[in-house]
Amino acid sequence: MTLRKLTLGTMAAAAVAGATAMALPASAQEIYVPLLTYRTGPFAGSGIPIADGMSDYLRMLNERDGGIGGVKLSVEECETGYDTKKGVECYESTKGKGAVMYNPYSTGITLQIIPKAAVDKIPILSMSYGLSASADGNVFPWVFIPPVTYWDGASVFIQHAAAVEGGLDKLKGKTIGLIHLDAPYGKEPIPVLEKLAATYGFTLKLYPIAAQDMQNQGSTWLNIRRDRPAWLYVQGWGAMNPTAVKEAAKNGFPMDRMVGVWFAGGDDDARGGGDGAKGYKALNYHQAGANYPVIQDIMKFIVDKGQSKAPKDKVGESLYNRGVYNAMLIAEGIRNAQKITGKKAITAEDARRGLEALNITDARLKEMGMEGFAAPLKLTCADHSGHNQVFIHQWDGAKWVKASDWITPQKDVVRPMLEAAAADYAKSNTGWPQRTEACEKGS
Amino acid sequence: MFYREAGQFKTSYAADMAVFPIRQDRIGIAIILALAYLGIPALQNEFLLTSVMIPMLVFSLAAIGLNLLTGYTGLLSLGTGAFMGVGAYACYKLTTLFPGVNIIVWIVASGFVSAFVGVLFGLPSLRIKGFYLAVATLAAQFFLQWCFVRIPWLYNYNASGAIEVPQRTLFGLPVTGANATPETRYLVLLTLVVVLTWFASNIVHGRVGRAWMAVRDMDIAAELMGIRLLPTKLLAFAVSSFYCGVAGAAMMFLWYGGGEANDAFNINQSFTILFMVIIGGLGSLIGSFFGAAFISMLPTILKFGLPAIGIPLSGATAEHLTFLTVGVLIIFFLIVEPHGLARLWQIAKQKLRLWPFPY
Amino acid sequence: MSAIEAPEPPLRLTPTGWTLLGLAGAAILLLLASLTGVIGKGNPLDTVFIDPFRQMKDAPDLLVQTVWEGLVSGVLYALIALGFVLIFKASGVFNFAQGIMVVFAGLTLVGFYEMGVPAFLALILTLGVMFLLAVSVERVVLRPLVNQPDIILFMATFGITYVLIGLGELVFGGNPKQMIADQLMLPKGSIEFPFAGGFVALQKIDIAAALIAALMIAALAFFFQKTRIGRALRAVADSHKAALSVGISLNQIWVIVWFTAGIVALVTGIMWGARSDVSFALQIIALKALPVLILGGFTSVPGAIVGGLIIGIGEKLGEFYWGPLVGGGIESWLAYFIALAFLLFRPQGLFGEKLIERI
Repeated sequence: MTLRKLTLGTMAAAAVAGATAMALPASAQEIYVPLLTYRTGPFAGSGIPIADGMSDYLRMLNERDGGIGGVKLSVEECETGYDTKKGVECYESTKGKGAVMYNPYSTGITLQIIPKAAVDKIPILSMSYGLSASADGNVFPWVFIPPVTYWDGASVFIQHAAAVEGGLDKLKGKTIGLIHLDAPYGKEPIPVLEKLAATYGFTLKLYPIAAQDMQNQGSTWLNIRRDRPAWLYVQGWGAMNPTAVKEAAKNGFPMDRMVGVWFAGGDDDARGGGDGAKGYKALNYHQAGANYPVIQDIMKFIVDKGQSKAPKDKVGESLYNRGVYNAMLIAEGIRNAQKITGKKAITAEDARRGLEALNITDARLKEMGMEGFAAPLKLTCADHSGHNQVFIHQWDGAKWVKASDWITPQKDVVRPMLEAAAADYAKSNTGWPQRTEACEKGS
Repeated sequence: MFYREAGQFKTSYAADMAVFPIRQDRIGIAIILALAYLGIPALQNEFLLTSVMIPMLVFSLAAIGLNLLTGYTGLLSLGTGAFMGVGAYACYKLTTLFPGVNIIVWIVASGFVSAFVGVLFGLPSLRIKGFYLAVATLAAQFFLQWCFVRIPWLYNYNASGAIEVPQRTLFGLPVTGANATPETRYLVLLTLVVVLTWFASNIVHGRVGRAWMAVRDMDIAAELMGIRLLPTKLLAFAVSSFYCGVAGAAMMFLWYGGGEANDAFNINQSFTILFMVIIGGLGSLIGSFFGAAFISMLPTILKFGLPAIGIPLSGATAEHLTFLTVGVLIIFFLIVEPHGLARLWQIAKQKLRLWPFPY
Repeated sequence: MSAIEAPEPPLRLTPTGWTLLGLAGAAILLLLASLTGVIGKGNPLDTVFIDPFRQMKDAPDLLVQTVWEGLVSGVLYALIALGFVLIFKASGVFNFAQGIMVVFAGLTLVGFYEMGVPAFLALILTLGVMFLLAVSVERVVLRPLVNQPDIILFMATFGITYVLIGLGELVFGGNPKQMIADQLMLPKGSIEFPFAGGFVALQKIDIAAALIAALMIAALAFFFQKTRIGRALRAVADSHKAALSVGISLNQIWVIVWFTAGIVALVTGIMWGARSDVSFALQIIALKALPVLILGGFTSVPGAIVGGLIIGIGEKLGEFYWGPLVGGGIESWLAYFIALAFLLFRPQGLFGEKLIERI
């Protein structure tokens, strides 16, 4: 009985303490950057390297440069487990501490907090995931989706297929398959692929994989074997990707005809396939590998001092570098905001202006030690994505290597569709606010 | 000393059959309601409202629904999540088709849609029993979840494939959408929960509830006493799904504010609610609240509360330890009191009656 | 023998018989209609009922391949279901934790190997860990909860699931790991042979999985039928009290069944891990065992195997031939509907013990 009371008492105390002592703002001399990451749950395999990359880069800035513009960053990870409920909890619990921007790292969480962003006046940086329509800055002033959207990705995939086949007209009469997670994330590229199928005369076949059958794709691959698609685009996540790669190898699908979206291009995704995975392709917008000054700096200031959670051999892998790239966007957004406003400790509203006027040139990339690591990026008031260039990288059995030039997405196809989708979104969310935020000069 | 019914005489059958026969209980309920309506919004803590109270209320409603089916009628269901989903999608369709009608009307009306679906999947319950019945409801879970993704009409052909909650107002105040304050959403939800709990309490204390309990205790015996099994069981499915449907609609519209519904109404949700019912106490309305509070608040408190009182835990390790602790606590409470938290509460009240002079 | 014989009605069928007769009649009608050309190609009836069979005839290699895939996944489902059945038979516990035990066993094995332990030694060490797990589950969870209702024990296994998730992630991290299939001398590659104009590819790992599963089932059958402990296990399954009264130690038996379920989990983990990878996502596949279990009956080992094969082959054929008609992905719920259809005729599952209800 006493034990019972003690437990109940402790829990009640914890409840009260937890509820009251929640919202302590970070000190004014720091810029507070919450990172919504997931190191647990069924998708942890993809989440861990990204989380490591993001937090290592930001802490490296603290160690190497003393923060951004002389202000230290206060980085806090909040664990979401790729679970929408926990993600929103993280959002609610950290927004009172002066968060300058959010990286939800899940399509579900992004969709949840998009409506809140304009009300709470905190920008969302959903790097190449989330709601594709949010690339329209006139409707979504608080949401950023650099450097590309899933819709751009699908168009790049078609361009790559056409280039290999020898021209867009060669796609006529071919069958192109999309194997995707049966959830909003997986269904993202469908509208663009359907439109391109109508334009170029190929047949689009869909192969949905339910989340509970991620590791049990046998019958889907039988269907693929029956339909014999000439190309296959993979919009998968977590355990679905390595299983798809293994099944493709098993069923004798030509690996160089199978192209994954950037989130299907992790090292663990391909490694599981063994020799059979050799030749598997994926889209990407940044390089893999540790031979960049920026990664070397992270090595020097963080990893070698044992402050990283990532094992040394994982630093420089594709998804780790994605985390680094994302953190770079965060940092550049903050730096730009400092430049525009002249303030040191910026607020979330300043961060929005900073992101909107983001212009990362080749020179700037070189300065950051990222020459050749990624393509230059410029966002504008209307264009919150940049529809940036993407390349294909290919698995050589041990690592990812660049296998194509930079390919520009078909902006003329994607952009009108995005704007229509954004208008639809605003219409169906009655009461969606008109943009009142002023644009920066020159953008 | 304070909790004693000496001197309170009942002079009518109605008084004797009251839900709260003891005056102190009535005062207690009044205090709790006053705290819930005035005290909690007065704290002005947005996190408390949006991440602790609103989820707890939504889950309580769903747990009451499942408790009517599993706790009172003895029919095991693993399709709660899907029935909640039906409510959410029904509410979304209704409010986008008829935007003029008040959203509260549609939240309640979507319960009826869910009740209809519940009855359909409850039909096999006459023949199949126990854990075997769970398969019928699991079929509902997976089939409905598949429909949510595969029938674009349900989400109005949105490119994102998610429910997008439009702004709706009540007395001029926004209740749903991004501009609705947490206080409004909380108060609307609280009223909904209070009214529906009152309904549920009347149902289970009346003829219908007694028929359900007779079926739970032994359905053949109940049949011999003249209770018609099929209508009784189907009614249990209908009422239970009604509550779940309303809970689902409230979850999407008052708590989540839209989003990836397929993810929110998956099999894990069904299990979570079943566990709330079991740990709270099968066949007890107050147990549904205890269970919902325990399962939905505990991880949040462990995650955000412990660092706040100075136990430094962060990131993934904290999450792992949270899992570990929740698991250990579930086993601990089951060992201490297998009949759930409601039973613990009852024992405590019994002790309190005699306190401080137990014989 | 009674003196007066009731006159036997000329044709008397049970509802089951009528249903089967009706189905057969409909099938013949459809076939006739198709042959005579009443239902042409493109007619909806043709698309649903005739065309898939035409496809089977036209590409027999794909049919064989589909059946083979179904067979393999059926065997793998049966393996998980076997773990459930063992525990349910001996202790009446519906073990929700079986799925996470699969992950935990796989992670432990790979974890030991990564620490530099040779593969086969790691296998033995993992068995040791599973034994420890069995002992602690018995000590901490089952013993204090003896004689509680089924649903409470079910809940307790959910607590175990949480503990194992937390513990597993704390120790091994959430990274997916590669199963050490090569080191365990599991074959890889495939055997392909031409068949009826196409080819059929049999994965060696799948063949190995089928063989190992068959061996395990044989070993378990031997263990149950021929050994002293096996006899004791069967006695416990029949009646706890009677078994106790003849001097069988329930506690010891429980440790043994949980350990056996742990071994089954380890084998399952190796097989599924080799097909994809070892990660916490793998626990979801345990849900696939539920329809198998219900179809075969909770208490029957042969039931788990036959159920697994029916579900495996049925869902693969369904997904492959009928799935494209509705956009694919029906595999997620088809298994439950197959099980439901069987249950309507046999409410206790195919091989379950007949339910006898008395007042």
